[in-house]
Amino acid sequence: MSLTVFADLLERLVFTPGRNAKLALLGAWFAEMPDPERGLGLAALTEELVFSRAKPTLVRQVVEARADPVLLALSHDYVGDFAETAALIWPAREGVNAPPPTLAEVMQGLEETPKAELPALLSGWLDTLDPSGRLALLKLITGGLRVGVSARLARVALAEWSGQAVEDVEEVWHGIAPPYTSLFAWLEGRAERPDPREVPVFRPLMLAHPLEDFAGLRAADWRAEWKWDGIRVQLVAGPGGRRLWSRGADDISASFPEIVAAMEFHGVLDGELLVLRDGVVAPFADLQQRLNRKTVGAKMLREFPAAVRLYDQLFDGAEDLRALPFDARRARLEAFVAREQPARMDVSELIEFRDFAELEDLRAGARAAEIEGLMLKRADSPYVAGRQKGLWWKWKRDPLSVDAVLMYAQRGHGKRSSFYSDYTFGLWRDDGAGAAELVPIGKAYSGYTDAELAWLDKWIRANTTQRFGPVREVAKELVLEVAFDAAQLSPRHKSGVALRFPRIARLRRDKPAAEADRLESLMAHIGRPAGVA
Amino acid sequence: MAHPETWLKVTPAGLFCEPGGFYVDPTRAVERAVISHGHSDHARPGHGAVLATAETLAIMRSRMGEARMGAPQVLRYGEVLGLNGVRLWLVPAGHVLGSAQVCLEWQGSRVVVSGDYKRQRDPTCAAFEPVPCDVFVTEATFALPVFRHPPPEAEVAKLLRSLVLFSERTHVVATYSLGKTQRLIRLLREAGWEQPVYLHGAQQTLCALYETLGVKLGELRSATLANKAEMVGGIVLAPPSAVQDRWARRLADPVVVAASGWMRVRQRAKMGGVELPLIISDHADWDELNRTVDEVGAPEVWVTHGRDDALVHAMGLRGIRGRALHLVGLGEEEEEAVP
Repeated sequence: MSLTVFADLLERLVFTPGRNAKLALLGAWFAEMPDPERGLGLAALTEELVFSRAKPTLVRQVVEARADPVLLALSHDYVGDFAETAALIWPAREGVNAPPPTLAEVMQGLEETPKAELPALLSGWLDTLDPSGRLALLKLITGGLRVGVSARLARVALAEWSGQAVEDVEEVWHGIAPPYTSLFAWLEGRAERPDPREVPVFRPLMLAHPLEDFAGLRAADWRAEWKWDGIRVQLVAGPGGRRLWSRGADDISASFPEIVAAMEFHGVLDGELLVLRDGVVAPFADLQQRLNRKTVGAKMLREFPAAVRLYDQLFDGAEDLRALPFDARRARLEAFVAREQPARMDVSELIEFRDFAELEDLRAGARAAEIEGLMLKRADSPYVAGRQKGLWWKWKRDPLSVDAVLMYAQRGHGKRSSFYSDYTFGLWRDDGAGAAELVPIGKAYSGYTDAELAWLDKWIRANTTQRFGPVREVAKELVLEVAFDAAQLSPRHKSGVALRFPRIARLRRDKPAAEADRLESLMAHIGRPAGVA
Repeated sequence: MAHPETWLKVTPAGLFCEPGGFYVDPTRAVERAVISHGHSDHARPGHGAVLATAETLAIMRSRMGEARMGAPQVLRYGEVLGLNGVRLWLVPAGHVLGSAQVCLEWQGSRVVVSGDYKRQRDPTCAAFEPVPCDVFVTEATFALPVFRHPPPEAEVAKLLRSLVLFSERTHVVATYSLGKTQRLIRLLREAGWEQPVYLHGAQQTLCALYETLGVKLGELRSATLANKAEMVGGIVLAPPSAVQDRWARRLADPVVVAASGWMRVRQRAKMGGVELPLIISDHADWDELNRTVDEVGAPEVWVTHGRDDALVHAMGLRGIRGRALHLVGLGEEEEEAVP
């Protein structure tokens, strides 16, 4: 199979906004492609292919040899993306009799060809391809396919295509390298499930449902913990290596070297990754500073020290604890931590309570930003993958809210593509000259009913003041009550504040825009342990 | 020989042939106008008298009404007219039905004003014919080497494949009402699509006109009158504005398709919320522009509008003198407007 087929897949994916349609496209790819092409394509999509010798400068070098510099510059200026410009401007050559390369040939060629011969190799391939094939090839080298397929989505696609549970796919996934031949053999029922053995693989996390009510629950059957506002992680360490996994099974070890260094044990733990200073949990925004970094400098490590607050234990050495009841695992976890004394880790405390009324008071009293709410775990619950009803509940505290003014609206995707469904809203602040100005504080695209969406869409069309592509600026007249889970200082936002999970709670058509909230009142409540912003 | 600069002038209303006393595609109301084709940035209302092919005049009449189009005069392709010593004739431009290049000769020099044109095959209009000249006046809508339009038949095949893949959805194609719509329907018919094609109201009138002018389009139905279920698995054509508007809500889980030369660039397509971009254009791409300039052999080429910088540079490398006219008001309509 040639690279052209992979290029077609990329093209469909990039223009397909819907998740289900993406899953269908990926499923068709797995079903129709032979090994190793399908696995290599999968690895390319999930960005697990990195070439040590072929770099973006190589692309520049070969294109500059074929294109007029003025026309290349004008084209780049127009298109924006260099790889795309190069793919489009590449002059077709008559009489190229070679077939386009396969993905496997590209992988092998880029890895094994001496550096000096790479330009000729790449030019030769480009001559055999059409524009979308050229773009696929160049994007493989420059990285960043940007077709909207996360590693998680790819694994869901594997699960849906094969009929296996996504948790089982995830558990195997990380133990196998591209082109994943043994994984596909298992998924097609031709071989046993691959055994990850000592490889530090990810085990799917146990998740909770939002609490509906206490009816039928007996307080004595339940354990309560704070729900910390960090990111859920899994720590895997043993003779086969160490990994820090995010909840979505991304390997984030490189971003948190101090945690990995502290994992001097053999086992699998579940906890919350936080930035912790002198035992105090820092706002989520501090943790964000540390996320998505390939390398971390000494200054980062000093200023944003990471720690893990442990919730649970899945393995002790090679012993699988997941079938044990929560109470037993908790006892094992406490003993494990007492024995191993890992640095940068503590055990999340259990909250004593006699009845749910007392717990409700505790929850209402905890307004610190670093606490999202409470977790309720059934004392006898085993550790099972995913979200099983009745075992764990999350009981988030009531959302905060602000009355904000609608500033911009953007059309949605898929079924919402003809509706203005994404809203940017702002609060008032002093513009420095004695007048009030609106400053955007966030964006929301959920929370409203279908009827409210239809009304908003109509209002936006009737009150547009300017258009920027798919975005409309509207008259600053409509007040939206925006609910959110927490507000944090953020130097990356113009307003200096970032909201977590903002959504539209109500349309305040009754409220004049001038009476919407001011930025100062929101800022004043950030990090305060009480009140409504 | 009088250099064309001395008798074909750039004015605020557009190109003015001084000895002949007429404008070519004027952007303001004038006494006498020669119109290259029916797109609204070239054919504007309010002129005293208009000269064009019969098809272009019929399109103007349909779009703006008898009263606003000016007194019509038909000129057939190849028929030569003398106007105060200026020889004038029209040659097919291959852009839309009735589109013409305006050829002008005065005192031994010849200018060809190409209007908008393309060199790709188009079953709905006569093909472009290169005319050797001293000055060639060209557009430059897609004058960057990144714009190379693939064969339209291959693009239509993409649409047909998508119809199979998403058979439970309705494919709605954003196409401009004049030219692109009819061309796409003909290409679909050639590719074997025999089902009715559903149309937005804006396109029905022009399709009916094309039929009366001899372009057969097969069975067409109103998308406005059809019910949702009937259009599942089918093709609906609508102007881009309607596809993005509430009008499209009458369609079942639509796949948004767009047919335009701009679809070559990914971000342009994504910005418009397009799910299936088809690169089908009624304008010459980079290679067609350069090939045409070479074929007419003009030592001097005037560029009316579009990406003149790239084209002037490329022609300069081949010893052709390029001149950017920066005509205001062209490229505001139809496909030339960047989405």
